Amino acid sequence: MNDQNMAQPELAAVHVEVADSEDLSRSEVILKGALAAGAIYGAAMVGPFVGRALAMSESGDVGILNFALTLEYLESAFYKEAKSRAKASGDLKSLIDTIARDEDEHVGALTETIKKLGGKPVAEPKFDFPYSGMSGFLKLAQTFEDTGVSAYNGAAPQIKSKEVLEAAGSIVQVEARHAAAIALQNGSEPSPLAFDPALSEAKVLKAVEPFIQ
Amino acid sequence: MAVANEPSALDRVTSDPVSRRKLLAVTGGSTALAAFLAACGSDSDTTTMATNGGGGKTGTEQFGKGDVGILNYALTLEYLETAFYADVAKSGLFKGSDLETIRKFGSEEAEHVTALTGFVKQMGGKPAPKPKTEFPLKNAKSVLELAATVENLGAAAYLGQAPHIKGASVLAAALSIHSVEGRHAAALNTLLGKSIVPDGAFAKPAGANEVLKSVEPFIVG
Repeated sequence: MNDQNMAQPELAAVHVEVADSEDLSRSEVILKGALAAGAIYGAAMVGPFVGRALAMSESGDVGILNFALTLEYLESAFYKEAKSRAKASGDLKSLIDTIARDEDEHVGALTETIKKLGGKPVAEPKFDFPYSGMSGFLKLAQTFEDTGVSAYNGAAPQIKSKEVLEAAGSIVQVEARHAAAIALQNGSEPSPLAFDPALSEAKVLKAVEPFIQ
Repeated sequence: MAVANEPSALDRVTSDPVSRRKLLAVTGGSTALAAFLAACGSDSDTTTMATNGGGGKTGTEQFGKGDVGILNYALTLEYLETAFYADVAKSGLFKGSDLETIRKFGSEEAEHVTALTGFVKQMGGKPAPKPKTEFPLKNAKSVLELAATVENLGAAAYLGQAPHIKGASVLAAALSIHSVEGRHAAALNTLLGKSIVPDGAFAKPAGANEVLKSVEPFIVG
């Protein structure tokens, strides 16, 4: 970890991508980054980094599933809260109900799969969603769904088990469907690109970190 | 990865869309078999059917071995989707924002064709030929319904192949297309007032034989 990276603590996470090809486990690198960031920025900065490191402390499929579980927790909490907070009606209200149900089922399925593989599901973090009104809700929903799609697409090629890959595939398609439906509500393109981009775990976590308390 | 440069007689037959259609008609035509294939779900494409007259390849194998076969199978579906949207755009049935959506989706399918063709070549394979297609374009509603059917099927087709893909980069490419097909399907379902998630929280895969049988009526040679 050099000084240049420490100028922006989130680069500690980006740095992990470089370490992926080396022998160091990702969580080790993140923990080191977190502790270094803590030394400079104080304990408040460390929280998310440590949480992230714990989420990925198991390697392989369980690690990926726990990473996905964290995202599903976020989405599930977001839509659950939106049921009363977004003040939606009509089509949007039923869309929110549908998506909330789907995300909740994803949480359940991922938790079960992690247990079945002998892993320990990560605990649900506390979230804070800073938005106001329906347009604020839709904008954030779009970010979460698109990030979710890219997160699964980025993580899936590293999955070892065919069954886990199949499950991840069936979830990511549903996330993509949510993303398109939200985009239509938002008045934007349901399918802006011919190829959905893939995001690394580090970049995804950086994107959702501001919403984790 | 070893890819046969000289296709066998059977390969030639099965890579020719007309013959393939005949072959499918012979091997996949019975209701019982269709029901069995549907029941097999995503695994049906790797199953060598005992009923196919001995030696006939089913699923993605008829398009080539392993990942090349899967990519060529996907390419065939993308050709079909591209042709469909091109026909729909020309039909005069749509105007305004609906026409824009159709053009946009069509151009994305065309990009998929280009990418998959490039991938097949990169792996030393021979890209599957563009099938001749024909679609019933009666009115706007039936066309939208057909579009939704095709897109939902396309998304299920990619999902069905994902666990069989060997190469990580092929898998990454297939996934980045898969979710786009899912987006198209949801957008069309929304236009039709249908559920965006017809399978619920977990999308269902479809095997190659099942998918090919469904699109067979639109392939005319």
